[in-house]
Amino acid sequence: MEIRRRKNQIEISELDPFLAELLRQIPTSANTEGAPAAEQRIFSPPANGKEAELCAEWKMYVEPELRRLFQTATQTVGADLEQLNGNEKSLANRTLRIPTKHADAWLSVLNQARLVIAAKNNFTETELNDHLHSPIGSRRDLSLFQVNFYGFLQEFILRELEC
Amino acid sequence: MSVEPLWVEVAGPIIAGIEMLPKNAAPSTIGAPTIEEETSTEQALDLPWHVVVHNDPVNLMSYVTMVFQRVFGYPRDKAERHMLEVHHKGRSILWSGMRERAELYVQQLHGYLLLATLEKVS
Repeated sequence: MEIRRRKNQIEISELDPFLAELLRQIPTSANTEGAPAAEQRIFSPPANGKEAELCAEWKMYVEPELRRLFQTATQTVGADLEQLNGNEKSLANRTLRIPTKHADAWLSVLNQARLVIAAKNNFTETELNDHLHSPIGSRRDLSLFQVNFYGFLQEFILRELEC
Repeated sequence: MSVEPLWVEVAGPIIAGIEMLPKNAAPSTIGAPTIEEETSTEQALDLPWHVVVHNDPVNLMSYVTMVFQRVFGYPRDKAERHMLEVHHKGRSILWSGMRERAELYVQQLHGYLLLATLEKVS
């Protein structure tokens, strides 16, 4: 896989089917449905329990706004990922082009996906910092790889935004 | 036929309703105004609030720095100092001030998926 900036696009090329599949899973991975721990993390309270009124108002007025914000970003990313739709053979060496104006949406959804996966799997800080983890041998390992892969993409997009 | 000026028509009944006190009248019986104590809610609204960001092992350090720069307009070195404080101490106070603005900052931080809370200054 190669990743580089080309004019107004971030280009991820030479994607093998495995990485292409991980990319396609970004919107699904960011979904908190059916995962209370992830829901709790993404929509965390704005204050401690003493501020019950503030927390209740937040849930009523702010949370729906946040949900809309995240949904819009997910739709943007989903639309970009349609470039990867196709059968397995045509996925080989496929290139994904992300318009730089979509960079914020990508940063947001990648972050959300990482948080949701980490919450679902209850990863420890030690696990998350173990970048030299052994090869994927379980579903949990795959999830950890996913978190690190999405983190790598986030880092690249951030670097490009700074340029 | 004489016509009274308009102000007499309008103000007359009002003036008639006011009892004029003689010049040497005793002091008014109106007591000193009572100043009500502010309620605790009003006091709470006036107290400054902290915007606190808490550590989260998932969020990337570079991402958190970028968010601090964007939300608070901090220069990179200040944003990095706060990010490192969050990382090493578990939390950092990013801003203090009026509640309304503090809420807006926390909302923005949640929009970037950071763990942020409002805390009343004790």
